[in-house]
Amino acid sequence: MSDLVGTAGAVPESEETMLGLREMELNFGPQHPSTHGVLRIVLKVDGERIVSARPDVGYLHRGTEKLFETETYPMIIPHTDRLDYVAAATNNHAYVLTVEKLLGLEIPKRAQYIRVVLDEMQRVSSHLLWLATAAIDLGAITPFFYTFREREVILDLFEDYCGARLTLNCMRVGGLQEDLTPGWVDKLRAFTEDLGAKIDEYEDLLTENRIWKLRTIGIGILDTKRCIEWGVTGPPLRAAGLAWDIRRAIPYECYSELDFEIPTGKNADTYDRYLVRIAELRQSRRILLQCCDWLDKNPTGDIRGKVPRVIKPPVGDAYASVESPKGELGFYLVSNGGNRPYRLRVRPPSFINLQALPEMARGHMVSDLVAIIGTIDIVLGEVDR
Amino acid sequence: MAEDPKDAPAAPAAPAAGDPAAPAAPPKPAPAPAAAAAPAAPKPAAPPKAAAPAPTDAMGEPLVAALAAAVPGSVLGAKKMVGQTTIELAPGKLVEACRHLKDAETFTFLVDLTAIDWKERVPRFDVVYWVHSFDRGNERVRLKVGVADGAACPTVSGVWETANWMEREVFDLFGIAFEGHPDLRRILTWDGFQGHPLRKDFPVEGIDTGAAIYPDRYPEGGGPAPDDKNRKAVS
Repeated sequence: MSDLVGTAGAVPESEETMLGLREMELNFGPQHPSTHGVLRIVLKVDGERIVSARPDVGYLHRGTEKLFETETYPMIIPHTDRLDYVAAATNNHAYVLTVEKLLGLEIPKRAQYIRVVLDEMQRVSSHLLWLATAAIDLGAITPFFYTFREREVILDLFEDYCGARLTLNCMRVGGLQEDLTPGWVDKLRAFTEDLGAKIDEYEDLLTENRIWKLRTIGIGILDTKRCIEWGVTGPPLRAAGLAWDIRRAIPYECYSELDFEIPTGKNADTYDRYLVRIAELRQSRRILLQCCDWLDKNPTGDIRGKVPRVIKPPVGDAYASVESPKGELGFYLVSNGGNRPYRLRVRPPSFINLQALPEMARGHMVSDLVAIIGTIDIVLGEVDR
Repeated sequence: MAEDPKDAPAAPAAPAAGDPAAPAAPPKPAPAPAAAAAPAAPKPAAPPKAAAPAPTDAMGEPLVAALAAAVPGSVLGAKKMVGQTTIELAPGKLVEACRHLKDAETFTFLVDLTAIDWKERVPRFDVVYWVHSFDRGNERVRLKVGVADGAACPTVSGVWETANWMEREVFDLFGIAFEGHPDLRRILTWDGFQGHPLRKDFPVEGIDTGAAIYPDRYPEGGGPAPDDKNRKAVS
């Protein structure tokens, strides 16, 4: 494989050699299509090699955490949709989980399974969107058409369930608002059974593609130790070889009853992160099939626990997190006993993972920066909040 | 929604006090929430609720005891709620205690760092750290340190590098300076922005930033006009 190692070069021994006349400052973004939103990166380049990359975020800052403090607990759920807007269900989930933790609520089993179904569908759709955009950034347009074909089916299923396709607002403190519509599980099963072959198609396009490998192998390496130092979670951490996933490490809902594996990589590069995400698609498919079986066996049941009419968590604080498609998404809630949070903090995986970008990009070519931004899988709604 | 009847913090015992009994009794807001959103009359505890979670003293926990022994004078108090331990640290010993937790107790992963504004309390702010250990079976512990308005908090970015941006965010949104931070600039708002939005005295409708573009249509500085009925002031 050594002939396929990409353009990664050695970092120059000392910065002094770089600080000559050849060094140039370059603005990357905020209106660049490959920054997936409004991310600006101030680059220092020597020729086409990156000496330093300084991300500049905040263009999409909406003061979400300030707004949280002005709204009652149920009113906050739609706001969480707009953090990571390509994975709204996991945002809802992390938030309601935190409130439930502070309230000490029990969630009915059926609601747990439906939540897991929504989470995993969301993970699939988020990874499909990631695959489409990351491949387009590197010049491969075809995967976009393939993955959006499947993503469309998932969005249709969401629409069928809760009426919305992107900002789902589908969970409630204590459970769910709506039960599944008749025949929904069958549609989900049909789609999920198909999905395996579809993932094979994506892999046919990319996994052994010589250009794809040249552009991704050896690019943006961040090993386990550095991942932990930077707080990087999710697929980048697993691609570095650590099988750590909140769904297993700190189980929530019914994940401890489900059978799935945590895929890991070895080389901690962009290619391994791609392989890990593809493997996660297959694991999500496994989880979805198990959930379909369970829901078929238990077609009815409560979907909402005993929730007080006015939600007023006791004085105190709590933190809860879920494994979102991007990494550990957590909420930290401080309650003063009122009907609105005193402080609600989002632990945004995109924001924290993005911080490792300068280290991943250093010494690479400018065109590799595009691959590295893609591989971190950021959503600016979550970075800037 | 009308003015919040009581937005003051339900004072969670100042760090030095360390009386675990105080927060156990949730102080009901004295003026009945007549204008609050709840349509029903204030009817406490409608169904027989399962006992609501309440904080308990955690000074006896092995980790807390070990930290207190290893870094004398660092631990001011500890409590446990919903299975999560919170240790109150002395600001002067913060970095030493964090260093100990990372190196000796394997808390290598700083999950989150944020702050809380308690408005009238002294010290005004809590800076909150949430750390994780892979080697101790995914154990997590929360650290809290009280910081007065205008005072600086020692940086932990030398302990966990990921604290860099998180501290910048706290500096930006709360105005807490971090002493020794390598790059303390605003991160979410822009350079030159005045004010710190997550402080409780920052108006939710915004402030005059001098950035009004259409003064004939919108009042200077953006945000609703003073006589706009949609304007609400929540401090």
